[in-house]
Amino acid sequence: MRQTDFAVIGGGPAGLAAAMEAANAGAKVLLLERDDWLGGQLVKQTHQFFGSKNEFAGMRGIDIARHFTEQIEKNENIEVFTGATALGYYEDGVLTAAYSGRVLKIKPRTLLIASGAMEKMIPFINNDLPGVYGAGAVQTLMNVYGVVPGKRVLMVGAGNIGLIVSYQLMQAGIEVEAIIEGTSQVGGYWVHASKIRRMGVPILTNHTILQATGQEKVEGAIITEIDENWKPLPGAEREVKVDTICLAVGLSPLAELLWQAGCEMEFSPQLGGYVPIRDGNLETTEEGIYIAGDVAGIEEATSAILEGQLAGISVARKIGLSVSEDKIKKIKENLKSLRAGPVGEHIRQGLARVER
Amino acid sequence: MRIKDHPILSFEERKMVDFTFEGKILSGKEGEPIAAALHDAGIRVLRKSPRHNRPRGFFCAIGNCSSCLMVVDGEPNVKVCVTPLREGMKVEYQEGKGDINAAD
Repeated sequence: MRQTDFAVIGGGPAGLAAAMEAANAGAKVLLLERDDWLGGQLVKQTHQFFGSKNEFAGMRGIDIARHFTEQIEKNENIEVFTGATALGYYEDGVLTAAYSGRVLKIKPRTLLIASGAMEKMIPFINNDLPGVYGAGAVQTLMNVYGVVPGKRVLMVGAGNIGLIVSYQLMQAGIEVEAIIEGTSQVGGYWVHASKIRRMGVPILTNHTILQATGQEKVEGAIITEIDENWKPLPGAEREVKVDTICLAVGLSPLAELLWQAGCEMEFSPQLGGYVPIRDGNLETTEEGIYIAGDVAGIEEATSAILEGQLAGISVARKIGLSVSEDKIKKIKENLKSLRAGPVGEHIRQGLARVER
Repeated sequence: MRIKDHPILSFEERKMVDFTFEGKILSGKEGEPIAAALHDAGIRVLRKSPRHNRPRGFFCAIGNCSSCLMVVDGEPNVKVCVTPLREGMKVEYQEGKGDINAAD
């Protein structure tokens, strides 16, 4: 059994930021990451961050990941296990993980669950056919590994991810048949939508997908116009010839460990699904278990980093290390300003219901 | 298919290695996910689902959804979307749940 001050599950932006903060305050940290590398989904963000106010604006996600990884690797207070999948957290405070063909047992004084999120699936006929991808998966395949998913793509969802990935597909030389969006409005930034439209790709609002066609893999998609109750309009069905259907319909938190650990959960449509009840320092209803990043509510990498910092510094304070109260205040202010304005409205609404 | 010209990205040069898929020799970049190499070779169907025998392919790319489980070097349930390709790997379709004793 390994003892540690602070176990961190997840080596994405939230977990890395938390590990750094706690370790810099003097805590002994053990970090578990399921993949063989650190950085989480930052590694597929090969394009510059669009943000304006945050400290990483203008940097590529993959460079932010490299920056963190270097810092973590040379920090003597942090022990990193990559290729280690957290399995469960038990009543006696023991955390288990599968690592290199065996089971690790860890007894941490405090725990951060920063397990991230996964892409949502929507119901339509044959949605399990090869050729139906999550938008993030296409991004990874094409931007990180330089392999394209197909020749002609239907994008489902006109939020920022749908718009950005469509643009990236075109940069990679792939045709985008159309972007369809179930609601009456483009959810992403207009600057992205205009760019797509200028390139001749229609953005069809009030449209959804009914079926993927094909036997062994996608050969087309049946789409339709819908009314405000998501009912197909009569006679509006048509088939488009595509070999790839890309779903950009949102993410939901990977909350299994939180359920298993007994944290009180609440369904929040604004935050992407079931998320844990937390206090202002990101501690859940289970004492000593903290959260940060997408598992706490779907946002983006900058807020994940800030939440990670807040959780890490809160843990350090919890275990009796001295921390700068000014710094905590500053992080909270940064989070608040990130969520200000109309774009952050749904996040503010969601958090108002789960923060106690 | 691999991207040849990209306006802003460049891709890591890596050693090309041979591996087999269903007995056929293919090649891919060492260390890239097995699924990326299969994709490059045009292979989309990676397994058959346990209950209804439906074809399944690459979906999430983060090792979470279990759509891409394959048999690699005799070991079933390998997540090929996050498992690095190595020289000489033997990659096969997985039918159903896979036999965990088969590798012994």
